[in-house]
Amino acid sequence: MKRLSLLLAGIAAIAATPAAAQTVAITGGRVVIGDGSEPIDGGTVVIRDGRVLAAGANVAVPAGAQVVDARGKWVTPGVVAGFSRIGLVEVDAVDATNDVQAANSPFNAAIDVAPAVNPEATAVQVSRAAGVTRAVVSPGTARSIFGGQGAVIDLAGDMQPITRARLFQYVELGEEGAGDAGGSRASAHVLLRNALREARELSRPAGRPDDVLLTRADATALVEVLAGRQLLLVHVERASDILQVLALRGEFPTLRLVLVGATEGWRVAREIAAARVPVIANALNDLPASFEQLSATQSNVGRMRAAGINVAIGMINDDEARQVRLSTQYAGNLVALTRIPGATGLSWSQAFEAISSAPAEALGLGGEIGSLRPGRRGDVVIWDGDPLELSTGVDAVWIDGVRQSLENRQTRLRDRYRRPQEGALPHSYSPR
Amino acid sequence: MRGGFAAVAAAAGVLLFGCANQGAAPQAASGEPPARSSAPPRYQPPADPYPSTYRPYPGVPTAITGATIFDGEGGRIENGTVVMVDGRIQAVGGADTPIPEGATRIDGRGRWVTPGVIDVHSHLGDYPSPGVDAHSDGNEATNPVRSEVWAEHSVWPQDPGFSRALANGGITTLQILPGSANLFGGRGVTVRNVPGRTVQSMRFPGAPRGLKIACGENPKRVYGNRNTMPQTRMGNIAVFRATWQRAVEYRDRRARDANTPRDFQLETLAEVLDGRMLVHNHCYRADEMALMLDMGREYGFRIASFHHAVEAYKIADLLQQANSCAAMWSDWWGFKMEAYDAINENIPLVHNAGACAIVHSDDANGIQRLNQEAAKALADGRRMGIQISDEVAWRWLAINPANALGIADQTGSLRAGKRADVVLWNGNPLSVYTRPQQVWIDGAMMYDMNNPRLRPVSDFELGQPGEGDVK
Repeated sequence: MKRLSLLLAGIAAIAATPAAAQTVAITGGRVVIGDGSEPIDGGTVVIRDGRVLAAGANVAVPAGAQVVDARGKWVTPGVVAGFSRIGLVEVDAVDATNDVQAANSPFNAAIDVAPAVNPEATAVQVSRAAGVTRAVVSPGTARSIFGGQGAVIDLAGDMQPITRARLFQYVELGEEGAGDAGGSRASAHVLLRNALREARELSRPAGRPDDVLLTRADATALVEVLAGRQLLLVHVERASDILQVLALRGEFPTLRLVLVGATEGWRVAREIAAARVPVIANALNDLPASFEQLSATQSNVGRMRAAGINVAIGMINDDEARQVRLSTQYAGNLVALTRIPGATGLSWSQAFEAISSAPAEALGLGGEIGSLRPGRRGDVVIWDGDPLELSTGVDAVWIDGVRQSLENRQTRLRDRYRRPQEGALPHSYSPR
Repeated sequence: MRGGFAAVAAAAGVLLFGCANQGAAPQAASGEPPARSSAPPRYQPPADPYPSTYRPYPGVPTAITGATIFDGEGGRIENGTVVMVDGRIQAVGGADTPIPEGATRIDGRGRWVTPGVIDVHSHLGDYPSPGVDAHSDGNEATNPVRSEVWAEHSVWPQDPGFSRALANGGITTLQILPGSANLFGGRGVTVRNVPGRTVQSMRFPGAPRGLKIACGENPKRVYGNRNTMPQTRMGNIAVFRATWQRAVEYRDRRARDANTPRDFQLETLAEVLDGRMLVHNHCYRADEMALMLDMGREYGFRIASFHHAVEAYKIADLLQQANSCAAMWSDWWGFKMEAYDAINENIPLVHNAGACAIVHSDDANGIQRLNQEAAKALADGRRMGIQISDEVAWRWLAINPANALGIADQTGSLRAGKRADVVLWNGNPLSVYTRPQQVWIDGAMMYDMNNPRLRPVSDFELGQPGEGDVK
């Protein structure tokens, strides 16, 4: 009985809501604002009422603030996963735990991922422990080019994960879109244009025509896209496919486009920059993994950035449900490219920007998340070294100003098997 | 395990020639004179069909000086010198190491030198890029027992992935395996990471072949979905045992009667039973690895390495006792149930138990960053209090995989006399900011980041957008 009560106490400790947001001053660390500016040594970050009050040098510590000594540490905004499916999956291959796509649903564009997000998914805990505090969460497509409406979530240990629901519509227009559309890119483009026309026709005084393809719910969902009130995230990889996406604005000038993937973006970087369309790209694609990625190179992100494009790092079809914690490693690799003749990488500050404020800006949330500029959400990470370096670990995480637990089932397993042999009792009896 | 290569190769020579002679034995035993009739000569299988035609490319005597050396066996030399002559390591030592007259000198100050990285688990060539159906050559998923297939008969030498592994990962040797749809996936092949027109021209001369076997979810899913055996983990083991039993009986029958019809499926397994082929076992869960170790004892073979082994940390002591390596990712997890209990500290925990730990890729992207995978695992281990030095951790990428592949007397460390498989890194290779600067295979410089002409371009990439680009 004693053991049981100990166990229950342990569970309560995990489940308890973290302490409410209080005023915190993190002092003495190397502060990274996350907007591409250079790190500031010996800076202070103040979080109050769940928001960043101030960050930088010569920032006063408010009276009564809890002071956290970060000397010798790095202090940054939390990492923003630029493209993910975190919270939608517990185990990929266990269908019942995988809410990414709905192959047998009668709906597509109307689907909203927000109700499916599980804030207690192991991937949420594991990613948080690696310094990821927010994530763009997208549905996947199955039998339509439309995946549905995606969200931005936080990775805090509470039951309210949604930062913004229905922030964007997700659509496939490359090889996958061609498959979803019945077999060709041309069909995918007709489907998209037809869908947007059907959304437009919803507001006709005469009502909907008889020969519609979309359900009313799907057409209704696209009204916001058509009006430019909801972003349209388009996944394409091939250079010519990218140009076709940019051309959509000729017919639908109000679309607010974001390119997702864009492995061959470097080859049409001038056009993307001129269209002022942001890109969420895989960082390290360098193989012709498919015929739409023939010119893949790790220099893609750097070359697009050099062309003036706002490029964020995302994980598109790259363990996006579980491994967004690799964002820092990927960003570091882009810095490594700056030392390879002929390659184009990112400066350190640009690389960190690509996993913090760049994705936030691409999603129109730069005023809310992704940096330590005043007024942003209090998502702050203390690292024990350079956050992009492989040897670095996370010391502390705040989300919305609330200090977070870094424990998860992986750390619990680690602690249980520190010594593999059983002790006086089997491992199942190991105390917390 | 050192010297394993020589022992296996010697055994292979004896036994393979033995087989060839056995074919002629019945004629002699019959007492009849050699046939002069018009009867066709008896078929004599070659000892080594599809033989390696690999030849090292020419190099020049080269000395790298002033570098930090990780020798691959756990040693470290500051301000060190590595000398390569005639394709071999001639000397490794400090600043006073003699340098042959006329040798090309490379200034390694501020840089690191390691042996070439070895990946024990790759599907380059049998699941190449682009990953189209027509290239899907890794799983002969037509029967759970397919020990008669050889991965080398699927390998497409023009896979662009080989060059990425060289330039970004410093990979000089890799084992290409069949997939894990089958319990017995087939033979793997160890290759030099040198582009060739044929797979034979890549084959590591004399390296033992490996047998790929798989436990767990994949075989039971593939065949269970077809309502055929195995459909369960107990079905997996039952089919395994029935097959090993057939192999034992086949081997005994062949020993008694050389006219026993050849069975390629069982011939592969007989080579395992005879200790001439190494077993590499795709296996995630701790409990299943323990069962496979017992199966090895039941039939008298050692499992050279468990691959993926995400729960190796739970039975690191058993792996140590069995002298089986665990080849692992640093942090892959959760993509299926048997990967659910993965932890970041798996590799250092296995190492810490005295077992042989290996970092592997199983992935055309991961193979470009095995050094980074080692670095992550090392750091996570240190955070839980397992203190392993950088140079000792490099064993996970060098001598340990070389041992698991039976090639440790040829490569896997910077030792005089070994093949000159060497990477010069432009910084500490356990840093995210470091890349290979130059890579030598058998003393021939096969990559130089400063020389675009030393950047291999596969046939597939010719005439395509991005041809010859830095990747």
